[in-house]
Amino acid sequence: MSKKQHYTITVNGKEEEFLAEPRELLIYTLRERLNITGPHIGCETSHCGACTVTIDGKSVKACTMFVAQADGKDVTTIEGIGGPDNLHPLQNAFKEHHGLQCGYCTPGMITRATKFLEENPNPTEEEIRFGMAGNICRCTGYQNIVKSIQAAAAEMSAVREAAE
Amino acid sequence: MKDEVTSREERIENLKGMGCSRKRVEDARFTQGKGNYVDDIKLDGMLFGDFVRSPYAHAKVVSINTEEAMKVPGVLAVLTAADLAPLGLHWMPTLAGDKQMVLADGKVLFQGQEVAFVVAEDRYAAADGIEAVEVEYEELEVLVDPFKSMGSDVVLREDTVDDAGKPVDGAHGPRKHHNHIFTWEAGDKDPTFEVIDAAEVVAEETMYYHRTHPCPLETCGCVASMDKVNGKLTLWGTFQAPHAIRTVVSLISGIEEHNIRVISPDIGGGFGNKVGAYPGYVCSVVASIVTGKPVKWIEDRMDNLMTTAFARDYWMKGRISATKEGKITGLHCHVTADHGGFDACADPTKFPAGFMNICTGSYDIPTAFLEVDGVYTNKAPGGVSYRCSFRVTEAVYFIERMIEVLAIELSMDAAELRRINFIKKEQFPYTAALGWEYDSGDYHTAWDKALKTVDYAGLRAEQAQRVEDFKAGKTRSLMGVGLSFFTEIVGAGPVKNCDILGLGMFDSCEIRIHPTGSAIARLGTISQGQGHATTFAQILASEIGLPADSITIEEGDTDTAPYGLGTYGSRSTPVAGAATAMAGRKIRAKAQMIAAYLLEVHDDDVEFDVDRFVVKGAPERFKTMKDIAFAAYNQAIPGIEPGLEAVSYYDPPNMTYPFGAYVCVMDIDVDTGTTDIRRFYALDDCGTRINPMVIEGQVHGGLTEALAVALGQEIAYDDMGNVKTGTLMDFFLPTAWEVPNYETDHTVTPSPHHPIGAKGVGESPHVGGVPCFSNAVQDAFRAFGLRHTNMPHDHWRIWKTANELGLHG
Repeated sequence: MSKKQHYTITVNGKEEEFLAEPRELLIYTLRERLNITGPHIGCETSHCGACTVTIDGKSVKACTMFVAQADGKDVTTIEGIGGPDNLHPLQNAFKEHHGLQCGYCTPGMITRATKFLEENPNPTEEEIRFGMAGNICRCTGYQNIVKSIQAAAAEMSAVREAAE
Repeated sequence: MKDEVTSREERIENLKGMGCSRKRVEDARFTQGKGNYVDDIKLDGMLFGDFVRSPYAHAKVVSINTEEAMKVPGVLAVLTAADLAPLGLHWMPTLAGDKQMVLADGKVLFQGQEVAFVVAEDRYAAADGIEAVEVEYEELEVLVDPFKSMGSDVVLREDTVDDAGKPVDGAHGPRKHHNHIFTWEAGDKDPTFEVIDAAEVVAEETMYYHRTHPCPLETCGCVASMDKVNGKLTLWGTFQAPHAIRTVVSLISGIEEHNIRVISPDIGGGFGNKVGAYPGYVCSVVASIVTGKPVKWIEDRMDNLMTTAFARDYWMKGRISATKEGKITGLHCHVTADHGGFDACADPTKFPAGFMNICTGSYDIPTAFLEVDGVYTNKAPGGVSYRCSFRVTEAVYFIERMIEVLAIELSMDAAELRRINFIKKEQFPYTAALGWEYDSGDYHTAWDKALKTVDYAGLRAEQAQRVEDFKAGKTRSLMGVGLSFFTEIVGAGPVKNCDILGLGMFDSCEIRIHPTGSAIARLGTISQGQGHATTFAQILASEIGLPADSITIEEGDTDTAPYGLGTYGSRSTPVAGAATAMAGRKIRAKAQMIAAYLLEVHDDDVEFDVDRFVVKGAPERFKTMKDIAFAAYNQAIPGIEPGLEAVSYYDPPNMTYPFGAYVCVMDIDVDTGTTDIRRFYALDDCGTRINPMVIEGQVHGGLTEALAVALGQEIAYDDMGNVKTGTLMDFFLPTAWEVPNYETDHTVTPSPHHPIGAKGVGESPHVGGVPCFSNAVQDAFRAFGLRHTNMPHDHWRIWKTANELGLHG
């Protein structure tokens, strides 16, 4: 046990201030301290991606980042991506194309996909498979996840073109 | 309500009943991060428990000192076997009739075994407490090989011998040795041996189906909360069989069953890992009773891979005999089954090797004999069915490899060998040599469709050309055509021969229709991703004529759901799905009487039509199910009780036998051992199809788990009993990058005994997929003399195979 430190983290647009041991992993800060339970824990070794969040514009696996490393940063979780009144196209596409089964990987998967599509708005199937390889799903075999991301990408492109 | 503007087709469509690809109702919460998994549960004052685990695979526990641990800030209690012994809880029964240490009772039998349970204010304090517990061990000789174990003087389990050191009987009869658990036999030994000894052609092979793990993305865990004021225990957990867990908890704790409420919340995948009872559950319950506070226990990934519910670890020795023309005459299989330190497999009581006796597969084999010997070793306990009905993956792998080996022996095409031995359509119901009665099948149609779709002859021609090119030095790549034809046995099962701990394996559904024409149905099963809330509502919609969107499906709370044996072994649709249809028919029978009363005709003069009862011959006179629901609550109908509810407990008359035909086309780089799956075609026949979208999703997922098992996934041990694959760094889970796109197809051969003809599909792709991937690898080397090589076919092993065949020059 070590001395508690003062941290300030912005999560889904809301500034959170608290005292915590520096060794606390960010995933526990989110899940247990802040009750943000969308991101899950699957491996604690950065392999499965169930805990994926976005920090200062990058996809990060929250199970292997200390809270101290997240101090002062801006964190987005699945809860900040879309809700009942403002579903993100990816959330809708995963439902439409059966891109999930048990749902455990889904928050991390969609969170990663939002970043991936920002980086590469019109990806090929191969690019999707490579860009999403940090997120493991045990149920779907990925085929419908790829389809969901392709569909969301198409929809988001259409919206962008209409706006231009 | 008059709605003649709506056509019959539109009315059917509005129901979103059976056969439609209804979008899943579960997805809204999961895509928005609002699922409720066990680790999301947070209760006031909740504590966290975690285990001190053994670093040794076999050792005496000389002493455990908890003094320093108790001084760690936040630590409230440390439980050891000595604390549990007065309660009789230091050991617990397994589902296989054996018993298992909850906490190390004088010794440890596998690496990672639970030694002490530290209860603390949070998981960090618990981890600090674990570090401070001092355990003194004295190492003992380690046995990780079941064959060595069967010949060793070392007694792994003191309870297997009497005072004179002689083996005592186990749960399934006499032991051959003190480290032997059981022998299980099916079929006729002497006639089988006679047939094989006299046969024109005999193929023999020994194959090892390696140890692996279901590894759902969510690990196992629970929250136990003892309310001392009301005497009620609530236990949330990752339970594939919540009702059975309630009964087990009651039996071992002495708490009356009505005072126990077990809740399975959302479950992040199960695949067999979450069927059994684990020390973590017992310790959490005890800790909650001791502290008076809720206690949570959640495995980390290493705990999960190293300790709870491995799968397979079967050494299978086979002999198959045939005529020169390829007609199979006999089959013999002997299995040495490594169960680890405790026999904690999850099989129906009378089947210690599960349904391994389905190993005659899809073939008309007149004579067969199976014998299985279970053995203790210093490995983790288990032997669960990872995405398959009890040991069916092992059985199908065995026969589909034996067929390939026989084809080599006969110099025959393996597809043709299968075709001439398939059970014929007109032979169903078919009683196999090892006892099962297959309900229905049309194997030839499925096989022909599969071979035609993939242009099988063309593939073989291409393969032959590739071999020529390879020999001519034009390519370093070989091509494998993997075939498999599987028959599953699922939907356990008839109470007459299937029970777990004495609990018959029926299942249940209870329906309540609300006055305004919507409904809730509760079942004894529990979804772990299968989408029950979507598909069971579709069954009901078709049966009772209310839209699936107006039907809530609820599972997993033992205080509200009717008793059932849970979800595993593809039993939900065959058993609970049947209960759902039967309960729906009870609703419809009462609705018919109400409709007749409202329409002022005799009961026999109305008939059901999609969503209503109509007067026969006068379709303009009708009452919709919605009208009838309201009438059930607001009219005093002579001779009929108010309300509209029904319950059904369904005891299936037989198992169901889904089948399928798979083809995998694979390129293999001889110099690196890497595999490239060029094409995978999967034809599944699961009988009546409830939701094609969900079926297809299950097939993709099951095939991917099959790919993992066949091509790399394993729980490996070194000679000291150290687990070499305890994290996702070493344990292979495929990513999107390694997985191909699959082509799915189907035929429909309904089950004749199931109310809606459905057979179950969730596990078929895994059962059929593993041999298909494996056969593709082995087939690539057939032209160079390979007969059989064991899975997993990772790049290194494939390279080694190529090297041993002299393909590296």
